[in-house]
Amino acid sequence: MQYLLLIYGNEEAVGKMSKAEVDGILQEYGEFTKSIAQSGHYRGGNELADTSTATTLKMRDKKRLVTDGPFAETKEQLGGYYLVEAKDLDEAIALAARIPSARWGSIEVRPIVPHDMP
Amino acid sequence: METGVERIYREESGRILATLIRLLGSFDLAEEVMQEAFTTALERWPKQGIPANPRAWMVSTAHHKAIDLLRRRSRFESKREELQQIAELEQQLSGADEIMLRHDAVGALSDDRLRLIFTCCHPALQLEAQVALTLRTLCGLSTEEIARAFLVPLPTMAQRLVRAKHKIRDAQIPYRVPPAQELGARIEAVLLVVYLVFNEGYSASSGDAAIRRELCAEAIRMGRLVCDLLPGQQESRALLALMLLHDSRRATRVDSEGELVLLEDQDRRRWDREEIREGFSVVQSALRAGAAGTYALQAAIAAVHAEADHAQATDWKQIVRLYEALLRIQPSPVVELNHAAAVAMAHGPAEGLRLLDRLEGKADLCEYYLLPAARGDLLRRMQQWSEAALAYRRAVALANNEATRSFLSRRLAEMEQHG
Repeated sequence: MQYLLLIYGNEEAVGKMSKAEVDGILQEYGEFTKSIAQSGHYRGGNELADTSTATTLKMRDKKRLVTDGPFAETKEQLGGYYLVEAKDLDEAIALAARIPSARWGSIEVRPIVPHDMP
Repeated sequence: METGVERIYREESGRILATLIRLLGSFDLAEEVMQEAFTTALERWPKQGIPANPRAWMVSTAHHKAIDLLRRRSRFESKREELQQIAELEQQLSGADEIMLRHDAVGALSDDRLRLIFTCCHPALQLEAQVALTLRTLCGLSTEEIARAFLVPLPTMAQRLVRAKHKIRDAQIPYRVPPAQELGARIEAVLLVVYLVFNEGYSASSGDAAIRRELCAEAIRMGRLVCDLLPGQQESRALLALMLLHDSRRATRVDSEGELVLLEDQDRRRWDREEIREGFSVVQSALRAGAAGTYALQAAIAAVHAEADHAQATDWKQIVRLYEALLRIQPSPVVELNHAAAVAMAHGPAEGLRLLDRLEGKADLCEYYLLPAARGDLLRRMQQWSEAALAYRRAVALANNEATRSFLSRRLAEMEQHG
């Protein structure tokens, strides 16, 4: 069985941390990632860029509705994800627009923060 | 007197910035080194004279400065990416002057501005941010001027711009003209930004008159730019015509005391004939080429008004037909209201009132002064003074700015005198 472990936190609080604090957390993450890789559990993982970089997309009547910001609807729930390689945001949005659920739900497009992962 | 540098800044800074953003791949870096290049020009040009191609000089000077700046930074932070970027920039620079001159000849530099428009008006940015970023980068307005124009505190506007630039960088919003299949929707977004800039300048809500005039001028300039760079887009041309025709009435929309003057009471001899002539010819050719969108219909309505030497000569039946067409493609309470007002002029106030009655109770209009103001106007024309006064009283209570409130209060006083 595979499980997705979703990480929630307060961006604002992280933004106020000192560089030393952030470095400490990054190191801890590095160690944790390495340990679950060694134990054979790790299948993948990424840090997401802040929600200020997010774009939300809906397809309605074959038209793209693109808005700035993260998905903010409380009546819809996270139901899946794709990790894609795209040359820029336009290409990522074009891919998102083809996801079937875009026609009735929403797709949040978030950049990945590059890190060396195992 | 304006110096050569100031003139170049006013006329060329938008283009120079657009090219620098493409070459450097960063809004912030491009803005920073462009300012430095202009500072250098202020020192050198008075002594050495203006170079043969000032724009090429600016771009290459700024380009050199970018390399110096990145070098200095990399010394402190020794970042791999920055070193790589320096190498790329240096390679670009060999022969950059020559490339600039060649680009000039074929007009490829205009493409940079077109790219910049599409980046600034990207739908993944908040609409307010699109407008602000367009005015800042494409039109060269200062953050302070934009803040004043939109009645927003300076730090809020600065924050809005910073956030937009960060999103462009961090989410990699591309710097290019969208591919054909996306172009239509993306041009719509660009036109909306241009129209919002124009309306902010045109609406008499409040604020500094000079800045408002500047916003209208910038919007018209951008409208022209989009038409020139993307010929064959009829809705862009329709928007340009609409802005020209509205702008032609600017001088007569408020009187010497700053009070609003209605279209029917404006001194039409003072309308700008040159703008009307151009607006006419642009809207006619756009309509002939098949433009039938909201800008085209609004421009056609403005053209019918412009055509009439005095208010009584207005072809109201034609205006009613145009509003009916507008209602079919963009139904909204405000368009219905305008339609009702046109019907009143074409077929008598009672017909107009009948249509207004149907709008009563529509949620979008409940808190809006326009509906009671329109009702008051029709009742006034029917000489039903006390009922008109009742409507105007409601309108005054709902008015959202000083100029409108003052106008409605005057009308209310007239009704009370009659009654």
